[in-house]
Amino acid sequence: MVQLAYLIPLFPLIGFLINGLGWRTVPKQAAGFLASLMMLISFGLSLGVFFEVKNATAAIAPIHLFDFIHAGKLVIPFAFKIDALSSLFLLIITGVGFLIHVYSTSYMHDDEGVVKYFAYLNLFVFSMLLLVMGANYLIMFIGWEGVGLCSYLLIGFWFKNRDYTNAAKKAFVMNRIGDLGFLIGMMLVLLNFGTLSYDSLFAETGGMVMSNGLATAIAICFFVGAMGKSAQLPLYTWLPDAMAGPTPVSALIHAATMVTAGIYMIARSSAIYNASEVALQFIAVIGLVTAILAASIAIKQYDIKKVLAYSTVSQLGFMFLAIGCGAYTTAVFHVMTHAFFKALLFLGSGSVIHAMGGEQDIRSMGGLGKKMPITKWTFLIGCIAIAGLPPFAGFFSKDEILAAAFAHNTVLYVLALGAALMTAFYMFRLYFLTFTGSFRGTHDQEHHLHESPIAMTFPLMVLAILAAVAGFFGMPEVFGEHHLLNEFLSPVVHNHGVHHMEHSTEYMLMGISVSLVAVMIFFAYSRTRKPDFAPNTGLAKVLEHKWYVDELYDAVIVRPLVQFSGFLDRIAERKGIDGAVNGVGRLVRWGADRMRLLQNGQVGAYLFTMVVGIVLLFVLGLFCFNF
Amino acid sequence: MPIQYYLFLSLALFCIGIMGALMRRNAIIIFMSIELMLNAVNLLLAAFSKMYNDSAAQIFVFFIMVVAAAEVAVGLAIIVMVYRKVHSVDVNILNRLKH
Repeated sequence: MVQLAYLIPLFPLIGFLINGLGWRTVPKQAAGFLASLMMLISFGLSLGVFFEVKNATAAIAPIHLFDFIHAGKLVIPFAFKIDALSSLFLLIITGVGFLIHVYSTSYMHDDEGVVKYFAYLNLFVFSMLLLVMGANYLIMFIGWEGVGLCSYLLIGFWFKNRDYTNAAKKAFVMNRIGDLGFLIGMMLVLLNFGTLSYDSLFAETGGMVMSNGLATAIAICFFVGAMGKSAQLPLYTWLPDAMAGPTPVSALIHAATMVTAGIYMIARSSAIYNASEVALQFIAVIGLVTAILAASIAIKQYDIKKVLAYSTVSQLGFMFLAIGCGAYTTAVFHVMTHAFFKALLFLGSGSVIHAMGGEQDIRSMGGLGKKMPITKWTFLIGCIAIAGLPPFAGFFSKDEILAAAFAHNTVLYVLALGAALMTAFYMFRLYFLTFTGSFRGTHDQEHHLHESPIAMTFPLMVLAILAAVAGFFGMPEVFGEHHLLNEFLSPVVHNHGVHHMEHSTEYMLMGISVSLVAVMIFFAYSRTRKPDFAPNTGLAKVLEHKWYVDELYDAVIVRPLVQFSGFLDRIAERKGIDGAVNGVGRLVRWGADRMRLLQNGQVGAYLFTMVVGIVLLFVLGLFCFNF
Repeated sequence: MPIQYYLFLSLALFCIGIMGALMRRNAIIIFMSIELMLNAVNLLLAAFSKMYNDSAAQIFVFFIMVVAAAEVAVGLAIIVMVYRKVHSVDVNILNRLKH
């Protein structure tokens, strides 16, 4: 079964080729069905692979397909690595991916570009599978760029809207900045170790071969790549704008899978990161600051998708905080639970937007729960999961992160707890404003409200179940269970400096966070009873405007860059280069104007010139060369 | 007879030829001046041939005569055609090539 793992990315690729090449001819209904079928096959294969990996006793050798680069001593094979980490990601990608494909068949059914949409979606899944299955950094990088491309294509899917294409461009450029870091890190690895493959690299760095400085340099470079892809400070601003894409895309790419690529990459490189305390510290700080900043912005957003987008940024910050504390498996655990509940929340918001006829502003929603019960209940489960009430998934993973932070440093813990409480607040603010109270939209919208069709509610229900129970894979040891996920991942990912705490401490941490979260939910409830949408002032206004980060980037980076390129355009290009080229032309023309006067048609003049020339040559020969 | 006499005579003929070619406007006179220059060179070649007892230069002279004869045929034909066209053999009005 594992030897057939190369089929997993193959099926989405086939789906992409059929839909992509036949985007004019493939019937609309067939495209969605085909794409979903391909995902289902991949998911079935992934399940088989997963259980085989789970029961395997020894490490599974990479699946070597062919040599991708073979130059002198450098050999980079096109090979797939199937182990605990990648098989877990395979399940998340194909499983959540399949559900979102099914959802999309209904959500996008009346869009004119639906065939293209499914082609892009399949291409995305293919790239993402390549990213997690690659046995070396180069294959990962191919997938890394591929998902970036698909993200760009899908954000700008409704390309007739100028703002949407700008958002797509922004995402692409921001990702390129991060990709450069990844690329430099790869070069550093290649230069110092002569290989990019995980097996040989980590066998080598298992000892003390890698110096601390080198490890820090590589680790920071890789982390810069992760910053771009996983939307961390300072490169996070593309993710909220990426909500311009269709909502299922936001669920799949910008919540469940692509943005967690950075976490995957760092978990994969845990051996490098363990060699560098500095890099881990740096990651922890960046992750924490991102988590707090994004959570604070989410509190004052009115666009249902923007709230979820900032929530995603914030949750990614939590994951990086876990990594910074050396708890890679915790980060992966949170990736898994987050994939379930955030995909659920996004799909739920898609269902709401669908019912509201494209309206995304929660100020004109309210009381939707009566008309769309399934969406309401599944959304509520998602909110509880992300807020972290037991026994839902988010409780276990988030609590583990908080515990890791506590073991590391109390200040980290307090700040992370603050961000977690803000999460509970803004999620329940969103829930109460959308689904409870009375409707605030127009009469037409109210009349139009309806529960979504089964193709949309089915994925919601499946994801709701997963969001409710996924936490049990990572039951903390304090409950007397084995931490299934940690045990599963332990051969691949090596946690670093994670202390085991007293049981009483752990109970105390859980008690604190659960009781405070409950208080925050009540607070959110009381604040949304009588919604008041007066213009914000003071800090609230700053939060509504996202700390003016976009404006800051615009003023500090974008505008000077535009001015500089304007300068280059006006001076260097037009005056310098154009001037030189045109100058040569003008010089020749000016010279020719003078020279053509010599051709006067007088034979006598020609003769005279000739004779003078001959005489001169003679004189010259006589006096100068003496012959 | 010393070679100098031939040299000076040849030089004088050549210079007359040049002056004629440069200063006269009649195409036929210019043509004659060119012939004069050619023959000045022929005279010089014959003189040096006698001086060095080498017949190669005399062979050369015959070649030049043949070429000059051919050239005269072509040149006179052109002049005749020009005269028919513009009723003049004045080279100064033959400047249409300029335009």
